[in-house]
Amino acid sequence: MTTGDSPIYGLMAEFDSAQELVDAAHKTHEAGYQKIDAYSPFPIEGLAEAIGFHKNRVPLAVLIGGLIGGISAYALQYWVAVITYPVNIGGRPFHSWPSFIIVTFELTILFAGLSAAIGMLALNGLPMPYHPVFNVPEFAKASENKFFLVVFSSDPKYDAAHTRSFLTGLAPRMIAEVPS
Amino acid sequence: MATNTQIPVADRRVPVIAPGHTFSTITEKISNIVLSRPVSLGWIFGFLIVFSMMNMLMMALGYLFIKGTGIWGINIPIGWGFAIVNFVWWIGIGHAGTLISAILCLLRQTWRNSINRFAEAMTLFAVACAGIFPLAHMGRPWLGYWLFPYPNTMNYWPNFRSPLVWDVFAVSTYFTISLVFWFVGLIPDLASLRDRAESPLVQRIYGLLAMGWRGSARHWHRYETAYLLLAGLATPLVLSVHTVVSFDFAVGIVPGWHTTIFPPYFVAGAIYSGFAMVLCLAIPIRAIYGLQDFITMRHLENAAKVMLATGLIVAYGYGMEAFMGWYSGNQFDSFLLWNRFHGPYRLSYMALLACNIFIPQVLWLKKFRVSTGWLWLISFIVLVGMWLERFIIVIVSLSRDFLTSSWGMYYPTKWDWMTFAGTIGMFLTAMWLFVRILPMISIFELRTLLPESQVHEAAEVKQ
Repeated sequence: MTTGDSPIYGLMAEFDSAQELVDAAHKTHEAGYQKIDAYSPFPIEGLAEAIGFHKNRVPLAVLIGGLIGGISAYALQYWVAVITYPVNIGGRPFHSWPSFIIVTFELTILFAGLSAAIGMLALNGLPMPYHPVFNVPEFAKASENKFFLVVFSSDPKYDAAHTRSFLTGLAPRMIAEVPS
Repeated sequence: MATNTQIPVADRRVPVIAPGHTFSTITEKISNIVLSRPVSLGWIFGFLIVFSMMNMLMMALGYLFIKGTGIWGINIPIGWGFAIVNFVWWIGIGHAGTLISAILCLLRQTWRNSINRFAEAMTLFAVACAGIFPLAHMGRPWLGYWLFPYPNTMNYWPNFRSPLVWDVFAVSTYFTISLVFWFVGLIPDLASLRDRAESPLVQRIYGLLAMGWRGSARHWHRYETAYLLLAGLATPLVLSVHTVVSFDFAVGIVPGWHTTIFPPYFVAGAIYSGFAMVLCLAIPIRAIYGLQDFITMRHLENAAKVMLATGLIVAYGYGMEAFMGWYSGNQFDSFLLWNRFHGPYRLSYMALLACNIFIPQVLWLKKFRVSTGWLWLISFIVLVGMWLERFIIVIVSLSRDFLTSSWGMYYPTKWDWMTFAGTIGMFLTAMWLFVRILPMISIFELRTLLPESQVHEAAEVKQ
């Protein structure tokens, strides 16, 4: 989502309520804008779908993490108890699998949980020390009580004047250019 | 939690947020505690007390590392002593935090949103306190890393059939996942603090921690998924942790330990003591910081009900232990039962029954559930009772097992008491700092409880 030659990252519209933002996001998406994003102080049901976001790969990351954790935990215990360090404990077989379930379970959870957190951050591109949207002073309210919609200048349909008049039609509180 | 926005704030009961709040007032009220509220003399005075207690822990541990575990009252036959009693007690307290944050999240209990943050903090600090004890009890704590499987020149590997090794994995996973869950929950609130901070330094610190969170719809979508999955993972995890702790006992053959009821009975007891600790902390905190709008009587009453319910499960556990002592016909088990009622520790057992079973029954009466003073007192009694329960399980069983010639008594020394009181100091020190440097209530999750956060998709734009 870089802006190429243009010093403008996009156009930002500010709204007062979650409802207005969702409606505006729907209309903008339906008007053919693809590269848009919406910002809110709390998660809003249906907002991601409204801006055309459907591909969520966090569950896949968690599944893969969990499988790696579980399989490697069991493999480690098998290798230790049967191959490299076999010790006779109370006459149990070396491959006494019921004893290995707990560590397998714990490491499945550990790896899956870490994948959930790290996967979420990585897919979101965080940590990100600089982002153009913060150049708009009003955006500080995005973590409190205001709702924002941004059309990126990289959108094929983006045109400074035309997009601005389209956004004005959505009756926002204000419109600002986002310097990149 | 964030995904349950569809549940209306309930009907005729006391609402989970007092009326009249907006997104701004919620944000302001909670973040101002951190950002602009001056440090009061009371806070400093309290901090000095708890910090001195924590330093007492440092001294007790320092002396322990010089002299060894001989300074404690442990000896054969009672080799576990306070270290294991306190370990189990602290771990159990931590469980309520995860129950509130994960299980109540999956059950879509919106009232959890105002207490989950500090309950999770409580979990972390309690598990940190718990972790000290087995390490200190090892005798040579600087070799603690031997517990983990790693390639080494001794060609040695842990015995994965041992419950003590399971414990290492269960507790360290529990701490890690609790920390991750807590931090993920904090990210959007750290962004709120970043955007509201006046001083550039404070802004920079919260900015670093918030990692550039900007509330994008794509981010929220992945965030909610990750949070929900973490809740789903933490739920079986928390049940497994105290189960594994109970295996430390149940796998042994000592009378009073070798029973299959231990896992559920330990988990219920953990949640019981954890909710007692939540109430012990929440009641003063909401009064001091004026958070009655967010932590309402409904929250306290619900917590009291959970305490009552888990207390009854614990009572059932005691009953079943007594029943099996008689019904098994095993002379050692029936002797244990007799020993609990008539042996040298009978007063502890009587106090345990009073604290954990009889006194909390007053919670059936609404009068006690809606009085903060009574509720605090009962919660404190439950905390004492649950500590006594672990004392009874560890000490009474070990003091008189199969052979009369190997019987013995356990007398804790001043170092035992200093270490125990010291961990309480460490726990409270961490709590003291936490309420002033991080938002103790989840701001963004409270926003989702306001009716304004509800969105209805209009027919004409939806198509």
